[in-house]
Amino acid sequence: MSLRIVVTVKYVPDATGDRHFADDLTVDRDDVDGLLSELDEYAVEQALQIADEADDAEITVLTVGPEDAKDALRKALSMGADKAIHVEDDDLHGTDIIGTSLVLAKAIEKAGYDLVISGMASTDGTAGVVPALLAERLGVPQVTLLSEVSVEGGPNGTVKGRRDGDTASEQLEASLPAVVSVTDQSGEARYPSFKGIMAAKKKPVQSWDLEDLEIETDEVGLEGSWTKVDSATERPARTAGTIVKDEGEGGKQLAAFLAERKFV
Amino acid sequence: MAEVLVYVDHVDGAVRKPTLELLTLARRIGEPVAVALGPGAADTAAALAEHGAVKVLTHDAAQYADYLVVPKVDALQAAYEAVSPAAVLVPSSAEGKEIAARLAVRIGSGIITDAVDLEAGDEGPVATQSAFAASFTTKSRISKGTPVITVKPNSAAVEAAPAAGAVEALAVSFSAKATGTKVTGRTPRESTGRPELTEAAIVVSGGRGVNGAENFSIIEALADSLGAAVGASRAAVDAGWYPHTNQVGQTGKSVSPQLYIASGISGAIQHRAGMQTSKTIVAVNKDAEAPIFDLVDYGVVGDLFEVVPQLTEEINTRKG
Ligand SMILES: Cc1cc2nc3c(=O)[nH]c(=O)nc-3n(C[C@H](O)[C@H](O)[C@H](O)COP(=O)(O)OP(=O)(O)OC[C@H]3O[C@@H](n4cnc5c(N)ncnc54)[C@H](O)[C@@H]3O)c2cc1C
Ligand SMILES: Cc1cc2nc3c(=O)[nH]c(=O)nc-3n(C[C@H](O)[C@H](O)[C@H](O)COP(=O)(O)OP(=O)(O)OC[C@H]3O[C@@H](n4cnc5c(N)ncnc54)[C@H](O)[C@@H]3O)c2cc1C
Repeated sequence: MSLRIVVTVKYVPDATGDRHFADDLTVDRDDVDGLLSELDEYAVEQALQIADEADDAEITVLTVGPEDAKDALRKALSMGADKAIHVEDDDLHGTDIIGTSLVLAKAIEKAGYDLVISGMASTDGTAGVVPALLAERLGVPQVTLLSEVSVEGGPNGTVKGRRDGDTASEQLEASLPAVVSVTDQSGEARYPSFKGIMAAKKKPVQSWDLEDLEIETDEVGLEGSWTKVDSATERPARTAGTIVKDEGEGGKQLAAFLAERKFV
Repeated sequence: MAEVLVYVDHVDGAVRKPTLELLTLARRIGEPVAVALGPGAADTAAALAEHGAVKVLTHDAAQYADYLVVPKVDALQAAYEAVSPAAVLVPSSAEGKEIAARLAVRIGSGIITDAVDLEAGDEGPVATQSAFAASFTTKSRISKGTPVITVKPNSAAVEAAPAAGAVEALAVSFSAKATGTKVTGRTPRESTGRPELTEAAIVVSGGRGVNGAENFSIIEALADSLGAAVGASRAAVDAGWYPHTNQVGQTGKSVSPQLYIASGISGAIQHRAGMQTSKTIVAVNKDAEAPIFDLVDYGVVGDLFEVVPQLTEEINTRKG
């Protein structure tokens, strides 16, 4: 039996661009280029490696996002994923964490899965909790924040991994189905090859809306949100500091500055 | 007055500083009731009472150490049901956020992660968050259910406020899900004797410019002269010069110390995401065009191998 892997991938505004909020206090997506969240590239990479090790595996990449989010799916397909699902619906605009995890969980169930792999966090919202929420909603083990991951025994097998925490490094183990998230320590993601990019154009991308997932519009979107953003203000630019060129006394000058500020 | 649940982060009974900060914030919105789980849970009571906990709910069981996250969610849910609080506050550690999120879904509530400040509002607590690598500040609240909010370290100054801190045993029955993810091995992190990175008042960081693991001794010597924690950029971590646990930035720790000193770090957006809110920022970099200089209160354009040792020596001299 084939090991069914679903990888969640988020389409986010480029972190090196001038990111800001729109008038309705959601992320402004018009002024900044979007891309596949770099931390989800690590999830795609680990899925590809797990699939390589398995006798038979199929990787589906899944995103919840606007029309342009197809770019994120294409990138993941060109890295080597087999097919894609795009959940797209005008009523999804402004969905928060709880709503996003609901939509993802319903889509994952509809797609069918043995293993879900997510990134450690998105590069825009950066909450880092969607994978744990998927495990909660799907009722399967969470094996999250792994810097090392492996799967043995196919669809009814076991997932093992290493989680490097603040106070300890832990070895984890759970039986499938399970939800995994991987950190940027899990191994560099491959670049899509020219062949991969060409092949991606022919791979199937399925589109689902809220009705397909039997989700009511009032469970998602800005209206259905469990949270409300009241204001977003740009941080005032820092006042220009003193910059000196070291001409032999740079360390001493810096020490004097630190002393003046009472750090010494 | 409404009760506010505060999840306690502790190591064998020693309460970590972010929890004491949470108690300070919790008092702005109600009466803190602390929840301490695992080995040494009851030993946390004195410190928690000293900082304002009116009650300390404790529970220990093998499940907390043997299985990942879910046993703690079960316990926090039990505390939630016992107390019916006005809000639930959890420290923004990786695990804390996962516990808080799962609780939120179970109790039908929204969640705000990584708050950097918290105040009472007409429609429930208002949380301040820092967005897009700290270039924006947002104010948000929970509009459905009981507010579940995770708060970053260094979001409030710890204030003593002695309260009863009566210890009560929490009754917990674990769900079937609790034993889903086994912890089959654990290697505790060795202490360096330096302050914890996210809790330190001063952080001294090195980047690619440090140019080798052995050269990090220069950064460590400066840190020790200031009683500081040591941080590193991802470039330095990826090169294997310093452990990943010391990485500062988007995928590392976010720090907000009184003083941040960056040496041989260019100041890429992902690094800035983790240190931009530091009160005073200092950089040593040989490239006058490095973006880190846009952030600094004081910058030295120069070779870190010259500047940093001189700085350390001068600090040690001044200290006498
Ligand atoms: C600055 C900012 C702050 C925010 N704060 C909050 C908040 O406090 N509370 C709240 O409820 N909402 C918040 N949101 C909204 C929230 O970011 C979105 O709802 C989001 O889609 C889910 O959270 P995340 O991006 O933080 O996910 P994370 O939990 O950081 O993402 C982890 C992984 O989940 C997967 N994933 C997440 N979203 C998607 C998606 N749409 N499609 C596919 N995979 C996905 C990816 O694999 C990702 O790597 C915030 C948004 C922004 C921009
Ligand atoms: C998804 C994602 C997440 C990321 N997360 C993080 C993160 O959490 N933390 C992080 O730091 N980065 C992160 N990065 C990487 C980030 O983009 C940068 O690549 C990284 O911060 C660069 O590290 P650096 O400044 O040490 O190196 P460089 O950018 O190479 O800069 C080195 C600097 O040292 C200076 N220098 C060299 N020699 C000397 C000398 N002798 N004396 C003085 N100065 C000298 C140079 O002038 C230069 O400015 C992330 C990237 C991505 C894509």
